[in-house]
Amino acid sequence: MNIIVANEREKTVTEIIFSGVTVADLLQQLHLNLEAFLVVRNREVITEDEALHEDDTLELLSVISGG
Amino acid sequence: MKCVHCSKPAVIGLQHGALCKIHFIDYFEDKVIKTMNKYQMIERKDNICVATSGGKDSLTVLYLTKKYCEKYDIPLTKIRALAVDEGIAQYREKTLIDLQKFCKEQAISLEVVSFEQELGKTLDEAYPLINKSAQKKPCNVCGVWRRYLLNKYAAKSGASKVITGHNLDDEAQVIIMNIFKANTKLTGRLGPISGIECSDYFIQRVKPLYFCTEKEVRLYAFLKKFQVEFTECPYSKEGFRHQVQAMLNDFEERYRGTKQGVINSFLALLPQIREQEKGNVESVRECARCGEAANKEVCNACQMKEMISHD
Repeated sequence: MNIIVANEREKTVTEIIFSGVTVADLLQQLHLNLEAFLVVRNREVITEDEALHEDDTLELLSVISGG
Repeated sequence: MKCVHCSKPAVIGLQHGALCKIHFIDYFEDKVIKTMNKYQMIERKDNICVATSGGKDSLTVLYLTKKYCEKYDIPLTKIRALAVDEGIAQYREKTLIDLQKFCKEQAISLEVVSFEQELGKTLDEAYPLINKSAQKKPCNVCGVWRRYLLNKYAAKSGASKVITGHNLDDEAQVIIMNIFKANTKLTGRLGPISGIECSDYFIQRVKPLYFCTEKEVRLYAFLKKFQVEFTECPYSKEGFRHQVQAMLNDFEERYRGTKQGVINSFLALLPQIREQEKGNVESVRECARCGEAANKEVCNACQMKEMISHD
């Protein structure tokens, strides 16, 4: 399925061909640590077990401060 | 995941169960208030200086300090925010704008002091010169001068406590860094309330977010709609801390509770570490040049200032 991902840390918006099911699968596919990001869909934070759907638009908020 | 209290969609999974937005905010605020009470971080007689930067940790701790004072009927005029502008291009100016806006909304007075105004150079200008003379990394230079200015200006404003936004991740990282470097003396200064011995020269620092993970703080700031824009310090990846942070997050992802385990183990050992270090602590005295706290004749900040004074 196709998913749009806006990464706050990298300041990028990319369309991804996602082969998994959940948020945890997505972060694993992107080689990102679950502890380092909050995942937001439709302005709501979702947990790592949440299933993703075709054409979902997600924001990855960086947990780690930049200092 | 569903909230363990109400079955609404969860926003975070914790060791003791998942929580929805409302129950997470309650849990987080309750944890911070309990930490402040347990360690008597604020007493009625205190004048409070909150060390701020405009990032998620400092906005959260400032907001909750205000909330704490309101809860216990402590006048809000006792709280002041203090920020240090290090002079890092494309970085600090952005967070300071968020901070100024936040303090205005919360009606808390804010003072901003800068490396440039106080020491004659920005960090960007000073770091290459100090590195040339003493092979210091930018984070070393920044840390020394930040602590120096925070202590100096907190004292000037009459503060009896400095509140910082250090969270559980920050502390776990420093504990591991000190273990890796066998730095027991510095480890003894850590904890929810800093310092091995009380000193007239250092204002006591307290950390209300001590038991909150960085992820919890970011989530709280997001749910409370605090304006926190992610900006990255250009020097942050040069530090040893960055490697330790990645390692701890990697462990936490695989073994939930790792960071809390580091903190719990450390707190169990802290009384012995402090007792052991009491005899070894260099006595704090007045710097011969600036009159601020020093553990030798001239403080580290003045020594660094000397290195840049000829350019």
